[in-house]
Amino acid sequence: MRPLLRTGFEYVERGADRIFQPQLNPLVQLGALGFFLFWIVAVSGIYLFIFFDTGVVGAYTSVEAMTHTQWFAGGVMRSFHRYASDLMVVVLAVHMLREFALDRYRGVHWFSWFTGVPIIWMLYASGITGYWLVWDMLAQYVAVVSTELLDWLPIFGEPIARNFLAPSSLNDRFFTLLVFMHIAIPLILLFIMWVHILRISRPKVNPPRGLAIVMLVALVAVSLWKPAVSQGPADLSKVPTNVGLDWFYLPLYPLTDLWSHGAVWALLGGFTLMLAMLPWLPPFRRPKAAVVELAHCNGCGRCVEDCPYEAVRLVTRTDERPFLQQAQVDWALCASCGICVGACPSSTPFRRTAGLKTGIDLPDFPLRTLCERTESTAAALTGPGRVLIFACKHGAGAGRASDTVEVPCVAMLPPSLIDYVISRDLADGVVVAGCAERACYHRLGVAWTKQRFARERDPYLRTRVPRERLTTIWASPTEQHGFAKALADFTTAIATLPPNRPVAIDRLTTSAIETPELSEEVVP
Amino acid sequence: MIAGARVAAQIAVMTLILAAVAVLTDWPRYHQIPAQSAIIKLSFTHGSNRQAECRKRTAEELAKLPPNMRKPLECPRGRGPVYVELDMDGRTIYRASLPPSGISGDGPSRVYQRFVVPAGLHAVAARMRDTARTEGFDYVKSGEIALAAGDNFVVDFSAAAQGFVFR
Repeated sequence: MRPLLRTGFEYVERGADRIFQPQLNPLVQLGALGFFLFWIVAVSGIYLFIFFDTGVVGAYTSVEAMTHTQWFAGGVMRSFHRYASDLMVVVLAVHMLREFALDRYRGVHWFSWFTGVPIIWMLYASGITGYWLVWDMLAQYVAVVSTELLDWLPIFGEPIARNFLAPSSLNDRFFTLLVFMHIAIPLILLFIMWVHILRISRPKVNPPRGLAIVMLVALVAVSLWKPAVSQGPADLSKVPTNVGLDWFYLPLYPLTDLWSHGAVWALLGGFTLMLAMLPWLPPFRRPKAAVVELAHCNGCGRCVEDCPYEAVRLVTRTDERPFLQQAQVDWALCASCGICVGACPSSTPFRRTAGLKTGIDLPDFPLRTLCERTESTAAALTGPGRVLIFACKHGAGAGRASDTVEVPCVAMLPPSLIDYVISRDLADGVVVAGCAERACYHRLGVAWTKQRFARERDPYLRTRVPRERLTTIWASPTEQHGFAKALADFTTAIATLPPNRPVAIDRLTTSAIETPELSEEVVP
Repeated sequence: MIAGARVAAQIAVMTLILAAVAVLTDWPRYHQIPAQSAIIKLSFTHGSNRQAECRKRTAEELAKLPPNMRKPLECPRGRGPVYVELDMDGRTIYRASLPPSGISGDGPSRVYQRFVVPAGLHAVAARMRDTARTEGFDYVKSGEIALAAGDNFVVDFSAAAQGFVFR
């Protein structure tokens, strides 16, 4: 099911890419959009609260007044409040499905997934208590069904549904309690949203400005076209027989007329339990976490800076080497993406150390193996345009034939490895094929690779690497056609270039040193 | 695509998505009960008598107790169940023995039941037994009620009013 879902997402995202461009694609900004919508709901809610009267009669009349007498402000704000809340449900559902489809819910991702489950409950509790406050016919229906459901649980002494038996049962203080709940629950929601992103390095909590403006304009348009309105005043002596349900927040409410309340709770509890346990169903076999080789780590912190999972941190030095700090890996957070290996200045194939060691390495796929595979794959290349491909195993280049070296993430490639391939004439050209820009599996791999090649991020790709001999292709597994075309074009272009020449030894000795503390180990 | 046209397309797509969301916030409409129906709710919270009367402790029993616990009367907390029946048009539609609430069984018995009935004229009778008797009832109320479509009729019990309350 997951591969099918992933393929579906990729096709939809490619379509959205064409309209929004990768940087504004809403499908890759779902988490940030969730936060943005929360703030819209919060700000509009504060405005509505100023004019809201917490009384049995006053609740409805005050909402009606702000909806109609100040439709241009209160009315629009009410629509913002409702539609942004509903869109939050949509964003949450799609976000959850997408993370599931991309296999980002287990292994090191379990924490974000697990803490996402209470977000669902808090979001629904926030929305449902909000519907009560309006005290129209829908609010009456929601209040009665909600309290009947809650009364099934053995936690309340007096059945709270009795508050809604007859008009005389209800008092103003009940609305004061509801207002308190409708403020407190979203605050708890915000707190859990903060916990949700704790283990993510550089979490996106603000969408790009362009996307935010587009969403605000769309919200204004829809608020004017279809303002959120009440459905007639609540009357407890009558049954709200014909209500317009909010199918995002209340889809299970009609089920209470068909099933027993116990069955509805069983469904909710079972679904929640299944979601919460999903990261361990079945247990995820994780590759071994990155390990630090202290003899080759000078505590520069580049791995800490680049890790997308905050799995690496700097701690006080524990050996005798003359550095203040050293890298330390939290194995529980490490996704074994290898981005730290690509960031380490010791990760250079030009070094002459026994077995090619680096400061931080992947036990299951060490730098030495990467270099050996690079050399053996390059040795098998023939023809006038020998193109070596480094492919991310989550992108379009994965699973190719003999011209490809597959890596967990293209950001695992130290830029010096590209330099090594070209300067040693192992190939005439190099393709770095990563995930699609919008959907980098390890979130930051594409960005870091681009910045390193553009010499904007350490470690830089050296200027001596002829850029016409290096290209990047960002494509998802469903974009095989585009990948093949880009590869063919590059191969043709490489074939027309003059033959690649190895860089002279004397040039290498003067320019290969980029990290002084490691200079004695750098050889041409 | 020209920048302006692209932004217009982005706004159009986002507006369409939001419009779909807005439509689904109150459509399709839901009919909780069939047309020409009403609801009768039987709901009350009422404690039956204690299962045993208070008993005067003997002097020996009092002497065995710590000084601060020497109450002259021993009153068992437990309550018995409340038995209730609800008839509509001569037919019993609900009958239950409602146990007392609470861990010690000393809380009131509670009921909340909802019945969807056709609108129109109905004869309703409610009966309750909250004592140790096994025959007959301690409280009975009956009457004819005219229910319009969509009415919400409540059969409650009020100890203060010493009986059932129809409202």
